[in-house]
Amino acid sequence: MSAEPAAGAPLLTVRDLHVTYRTGAGPIPAVRGVDFDLAVGETLGLAGESGCGKSSLAGALLRLLPRGTDVSGSVLLDGEDVLTMRPGRLRAVRWTEMAIVFQGALHTLNPVQRVGRQIGEAIRLHSPRARGVSARVGELLELVGLPARRAQDYPHQLSGGQRQRVLIGLALACEPRLLIADEPTTALDVMVQAQVLRLLEDLQRELGLAMVFITHDLSTLAAVCRRIAVMYAGRLVEEGPSDAVFDAPAHPYTRALAAAFPVIGDPEFRMKPVGLAGDPPDPRELPSGCPFHPRCPAAVEVCPSVDVSLWPAGPGRRAACVHVPGAPA
Amino acid sequence: MTAPLLEVRDLHVSFPGRHEVARAVDGVDLTMRAGEIVALVGESGCGKTTLARTIVGLQRPASGSVLLRGQELAYNRRALRAHHREVQMVFQDPTGALNARQTIYEAVAEGLRVQGIPGDEEQLVAQSLSRAGLRPPERFFARYPYEISGGQRQRVIIAGAMVLAPSLLVADEPVSSLDASVRGEILALMLRLVRETEVAILVVTHDLGLAWNVADRVAVMYLGRIVEQGSTEELLTAPRHPYTRALLSVVPEVAQVEPQILRGEAPDPTRIPSGCRFHPRCPLVASGEAARLGIEDRCRGEDLALAPVAGTGQLAACHAVAASVATSP
Repeated sequence: MSAEPAAGAPLLTVRDLHVTYRTGAGPIPAVRGVDFDLAVGETLGLAGESGCGKSSLAGALLRLLPRGTDVSGSVLLDGEDVLTMRPGRLRAVRWTEMAIVFQGALHTLNPVQRVGRQIGEAIRLHSPRARGVSARVGELLELVGLPARRAQDYPHQLSGGQRQRVLIGLALACEPRLLIADEPTTALDVMVQAQVLRLLEDLQRELGLAMVFITHDLSTLAAVCRRIAVMYAGRLVEEGPSDAVFDAPAHPYTRALAAAFPVIGDPEFRMKPVGLAGDPPDPRELPSGCPFHPRCPAAVEVCPSVDVSLWPAGPGRRAACVHVPGAPA
Repeated sequence: MTAPLLEVRDLHVSFPGRHEVARAVDGVDLTMRAGEIVALVGESGCGKTTLARTIVGLQRPASGSVLLRGQELAYNRRALRAHHREVQMVFQDPTGALNARQTIYEAVAEGLRVQGIPGDEEQLVAQSLSRAGLRPPERFFARYPYEISGGQRQRVIIAGAMVLAPSLLVADEPVSSLDASVRGEILALMLRLVRETEVAILVVTHDLGLAWNVADRVAVMYLGRIVEQGSTEELLTAPRHPYTRALLSVVPEVAQVEPQILRGEAPDPTRIPSGCRFHPRCPLVASGEAARLGIEDRCRGEDLALAPVAGTGQLAACHAVAASVATSP
């Protein structure tokens, strides 16, 4: 019998992950202790605003952060810690085990090289004796919904949506099992965004890809991901099944984020834009206690002094708030 | 009857290229009343920003006219200066729109000086900052743009526009560069300004949720034309034009409907299709519905203008809508 992984066995296990940038102006704690699991073929949406640490988290998973950045904790991929891998092993794991798609497809592709060649290079880099590379490039382009002849195009000959498709094809070149997508649709138009989201959903299903989908747009996540994690000031503040989190948020920050994306047709949102006073905090000057308390509409007396960690908040759910029943206050 | 605040009549704006002409705005009619918020929505490249810039006077039309209280705008220096006292523009990116070496006070006072407005400058600046939610205003006078947050910068921009007590604000994607939690606060500010000052606001956006949040009316633009127009409630809950329907169907918050993802990207204004300009992407044509209704030839060959949709307050430019109204009892 083949050793199939047990159902739900974690592909990725992240424990107590910290990312701190060292700068002339002192350390900047961008990620401050994040835990989560991702099963084979599962999708996790990671939502948060600028500066919350979500892109630093993504960078840490693949060790793509600038040299000199302090990263601690563990990132277990099939039980093997990415953070302590030797460079050779890391190179092998990137692309073949996990790959990343960034936002802003224009800057990631080499402008003076045909896109087919760029994809082919990624394949050859990882299996230098690979045969039929150009056929494989054509296959990959068709997989992401582009005609194979587009391999002959330079990036500037493609539209924004087409370039984002090329990047997704590039990420899939070495058949990874885990795809990290960091704001993959942010710079795109609504209709093109819908096309790319549909593509990611299809690929996820057809290839059994596990995916961490990072965005500031909570509403996109609810449509694409089964589970959502919400990040604020370097930590997860809520995690759970997307429907449950979106429909009945347990954390006041999630509630505010969900309300920022109005439901069209719902009288509750008509002529009533909802926002939060203040701005996301500067990671160098985090408020005391719960870092969300200065902006929190539900803050109580203890909030400036108590920093609650994630606490069970219903089936498969966790939230970091003193209002979660049973949370230590 | 008094003339409406703003009237746009058969406006055309084109940009000549080396080989062809881009008809960015290709025959637009639009009317706005005092104190009204109108959302102009569409994909990038549809001409919405060009239309907005022409209304403000930053762009000269090829033909057609812009009238303010019945008075046609002449695109000469003197007329434009007078126009800018009444019609102000708020740009998408507050960081780019502010001069990094100018204090907040200077940024807000600039309009007063350009227009030579008499009166107590300091008092007017303080009033405008305070009205934009920057309180106490004196605390912001000497600060520089980099010392305040993105949300506060957008408030400064709005204060700079409102200091002239304009009758129309044209806001191009005023919140799209802001964090989700901050967005609602700026939208709420826009609603408050309308209530307090009777200013009218034309919001250019790709975000239909934003329209539901603040707009009295919505105009949907496609390839240089407004293809549907109506009250926000009617248009967003019972859209008539197949383009509006498709746009709405891909908004994640309207998850009840099956998404109609249009193929391709927004088409090219240098090559506007004959007939209904939407027909190459129209789901009604592609599905054979137009043929069944016996209108496919007209869709492909007959251009059409906005026409009232019987039984509603809406306007739509669609052969199928016209045919279904004509045939229904």
